[in-house]
Amino acid sequence: MKLLRATFPGQLRRHLGIYHALWRNSVAREMSFKSNFLLWLVVEFLWFGLQLSFISVIYLHTDHIGDWTKWQVLMLVGASHFIQQIFQAFFLTNCTQLSELIRTGKLDFMLLLPVNTRFLISLRQVDLGGFVNAASALAVVAYAARQLHLVPSVMQIIGFFILCAAGIAVHYSLMFLLASVAFWTVRAQGIVWGYYNLFNIARLPDAAFHGFFKAFFRFAIPMLLVANVPVKLLIRPLESPLEMALLVVMSAVCFALSEVFWRVSVKRYTSASA
Amino acid sequence: MKKYWHVMKIGTENMLVYRFNFFFRAAVSLVPLLATIYLWQTIYRGQKPDVAGYSLAAMISYYLLVTIVDTLTAVNEDDWQIAADIKDGNISQFLLKPIDYLTYRICLFLSGKLIFTAVSIVPVGLFMFCFRHYFVAPPGWGMAGCSLLSVLLTGLLQFFMSYTMALLAFWLLEVSTIIFILFAFEYIAGGHLFPLNILPAGLAAALNCTPFPYLLYFPVSVYLGQVRGAELWRGLAIQAGWVVLFYFVARWVWARGIRTYTAVGG
Repeated sequence: MKLLRATFPGQLRRHLGIYHALWRNSVAREMSFKSNFLLWLVVEFLWFGLQLSFISVIYLHTDHIGDWTKWQVLMLVGASHFIQQIFQAFFLTNCTQLSELIRTGKLDFMLLLPVNTRFLISLRQVDLGGFVNAASALAVVAYAARQLHLVPSVMQIIGFFILCAAGIAVHYSLMFLLASVAFWTVRAQGIVWGYYNLFNIARLPDAAFHGFFKAFFRFAIPMLLVANVPVKLLIRPLESPLEMALLVVMSAVCFALSEVFWRVSVKRYTSASA
Repeated sequence: MKKYWHVMKIGTENMLVYRFNFFFRAAVSLVPLLATIYLWQTIYRGQKPDVAGYSLAAMISYYLLVTIVDTLTAVNEDDWQIAADIKDGNISQFLLKPIDYLTYRICLFLSGKLIFTAVSIVPVGLFMFCFRHYFVAPPGWGMAGCSLLSVLLTGLLQFFMSYTMALLAFWLLEVSTIIFILFAFEYIAGGHLFPLNILPAGLAAALNCTPFPYLLYFPVSVYLGQVRGAELWRGLAIQAGWVVLFYFVARWVWARGIRTYTAVGG
């Protein structure tokens, strides 16, 4: 029991150690299905290319959407893909598997381990393909920046990645919140996949929207902040300090909400297997 | 024939289990649709009144019709189930019984679509009602009939193509990647993302040589009155041709697959 009362740095080191082991496991797993790993990369490349061509086709017929030009929107699609893929690499499979852990009663086992359960459930598996895809997304962002003749300062680049991290935190918190619904109903899997539809909104320029829709997807489900805000920091740095603060605050709120809901839900958990 | 009637009845009852799932899926898919409509509204607001011959109303009608045709014809779970049947050895029982697996699957597809459509009517109908001002009427009853016929062919083509892809499970351990790759092509070349005739003419013509436009785009363009006269009949004939071709491909792949089948699990 001494372990449990360890200091914060000790806890951190221990969790890092566990995470290291989890990571090694994931690499071994992925490498045992190499061709499948490569095929999934093809799938993701295709869908990414498809989103880029959608924007390109639209810009055959117009030269701006609101105040967004073609390369600005392509940069947005790239940034949104980057955020989504990093989220996918660390969290997505783990979130979708929660309902299965509950249904089969495997969660009992995890609750008994002397480690933060949410930590273990959220980071159990790493999807390595996500990093490859994220790299391709960054390449698109960089190319778009070149086309726009942008020369971002170091501070802007650091800010961009911090805001991306806030976006990833939003995706993770909301997805984990939805996955926790599995404690209340067995039909949660469908709900989790439903969230996938919302990714589609994150890669559209916020200037295309107005009224209730825009307010809802900024203040209730902040999809229109997740990728828009980091990109705006690069293309119009002086315009959106309030939005940057909003994204950071929203990510904290989403995380807090998901943590509260998680605690309430776990309290309600009465194993499936017994 | 009576036995397939029973399959449909049981299939319908089974599908009812998924009604919440279907409802949720239909409702959530309306959010990106709404986003696309707003996107186009913004584009039209900023400039000339038409894009590649589409007025704003015609463009929005296009997406609304795509949603309707997609609800009526898209394959939902069938391909995954077929692949799972093969992998888990469930098809063994069909080899022993006087039931044709393809016909059996069509029955399940039809009953699945029946339930999916019935469940989607509320959210999709409500959505359409909100956008009724944008709905363009078909150019006449004849054209409406033709587009209905084309929707039917679309459903069959969707089914036969997915069925064939799912049969690859005879040879591959994991077919989901293949299914997603096909889906990606269908998504862009079928007209989900944008009407195909806003593409450069050469590219659009090239796409018309593939089966993809007939998976969605063609019936919608018939309804919108973009294909008429001889072109319409030729289009319908080509679509029917793709259906027949994929029917035979499906039969052929099945016949080949059965030979390698080893009834895992059983």
